[in-house]
Amino acid sequence: MKAGHLRIGSGAGFAGDRWEPAAELVEHGDIDVIAFECLAERTIARETLALLRGSGPGYSPKLEERLRAVLPACAAKGIRIVTNMGAAAPVPAAHAACALAAELDVRDFSCAVLIGDDVRDQLSTRAELTLLESGEPLESILPRMASANAYLGADAVAEAMASGALAVITGRIADPSLFVGPMLHAFGWSYDDYAKLAQATAAGHLLECAGQVTGGYFADPGVKDVADLARLGFPFADITPTGEVTIGKLTDAGGRVDVATCSEQLLYEIDDPGAYITPDCVLDMGGISLRQSAPDRVQVSGARAAPRTSSYKVSVGYFDGYLGEGQLSYGGPNAVARARLAGEIVKQRLALRGFAFDDLRIDLIGLDSLHGPAEGRPEPYEVRLRVAGKTENRAAAEAVGWEVAALYTNGPSGGAGDFSSVREILAVQSVLLARDLVPTRIKLIETR
Amino acid sequence: MTLTVRDIAHARAGDKGERVNVSVIAHDSAGYERLLRELSETRVLAAYAPVAHGPVRRYAVPNLLALNFVIENVRGGSVTATTALDIHGKSLSALMLAIPLFGNEPET
Repeated sequence: MKAGHLRIGSGAGFAGDRWEPAAELVEHGDIDVIAFECLAERTIARETLALLRGSGPGYSPKLEERLRAVLPACAAKGIRIVTNMGAAAPVPAAHAACALAAELDVRDFSCAVLIGDDVRDQLSTRAELTLLESGEPLESILPRMASANAYLGADAVAEAMASGALAVITGRIADPSLFVGPMLHAFGWSYDDYAKLAQATAAGHLLECAGQVTGGYFADPGVKDVADLARLGFPFADITPTGEVTIGKLTDAGGRVDVATCSEQLLYEIDDPGAYITPDCVLDMGGISLRQSAPDRVQVSGARAAPRTSSYKVSVGYFDGYLGEGQLSYGGPNAVARARLAGEIVKQRLALRGFAFDDLRIDLIGLDSLHGPAEGRPEPYEVRLRVAGKTENRAAAEAVGWEVAALYTNGPSGGAGDFSSVREILAVQSVLLARDLVPTRIKLIETR
Repeated sequence: MTLTVRDIAHARAGDKGERVNVSVIAHDSAGYERLLRELSETRVLAAYAPVAHGPVRRYAVPNLLALNFVIENVRGGSVTATTALDIHGKSLSALMLAIPLFGNEPET
């Protein structure tokens, strides 16, 4: 810690995020901690299945590449790493990180692994729990369950950091908690100090999507311009021991940090802004004030929080059939009518072959695929037919793309550029599980 | 020329399973008052009818000059099991920005 504050950088906002901004923060950002959020809702279900089938390591497939970009500098400067890249296999992830450290000649590297988010065992005997999305009992999807992971909180991250290991590797954890944990650890705040937890959670929420607070997902040319978006930098937060928070970015990096970018990100994926539920607290954004304190610096104040709830949210991934998809483009005079006819033909041919779908959707990309149909839109010069069918039957899913490709010689004139895919659908629903049913522990793994 | 939400505010969409939230943030307090008057749950649901069944809930966040809309039952199901091209509903902020504003001349 320098100058009386802790500086936490955000190194990734999703599994496929860019590497360069994290390296930039580590090299030039004067940061104390860097956190990588790489686990979307269904990513962990996908990694669990990969592990079961032997088709992947169970942790983030990009873990090595991502850490390679920052590990030597982090070790040299003592920058702590916190990440949920452990996904469904946090212990093997830590071994992989240690092996990488050895390869890079990084000495005395160790990982603290947070274990306990995998609650498949606990759920297997609790079929009566209610699914928050569908209202059905858990029983309805239990036979198809692929993964079940509790969103752990900042207390467990802080405990892992207390081990002294340079890196903390977790599976499922609430995104803001990845950032709140290092603050708890650095300042020794009580886990019941809700004034601090409120500010910390607001900061964590602003940082969790990385570039989305520095000008990513923001630009609307001519109206909302972002300077040097190609070199978009990732954010950091400066936090004081009393819980003052300032969000910023490096001066040389692309992007912008101002009240507009912070306002958009504060409300991102929020239901009731008065009650944003995390494992650490229930954040009330109603008193938050955002103030531009310097160029590319926004001060965040006034966050309030109610005590945390008595349960963890558990994300349950389950197999939900297949999605078959096919696409083909039409251009020039009457392109829309030819594409519509083509879609109708595919629908009829699938029915003639006896295939049924839970949902069979026909879009014209360029006209109605994103926002649905509307009166009075001008006809585009070219459109792309997209047919997508969801079904339990893999053969039916495969038939979708097949019938779209068959339009070449069996459909309207001028179809071009086919694409087809079939993928397994891993759906996610949630249940609540009492905290005392989710014990956690820390496992230390060191370079051999 | 018809004024739209985009002339006085900016917006961002995020998903939460079968619902999507769209925040609308005014550029100034006059714009916020106008959003508060014009962007009712009913109007927003009408604009989103082609993509969602609703209902729509509106939360006022005056400290951010913002309204947060939670739009339930996006057509085609949840982010993880939908047949939609835009599985996350990420493009749905633009639908909000296109809503025309009634009333008088632009407030300057």
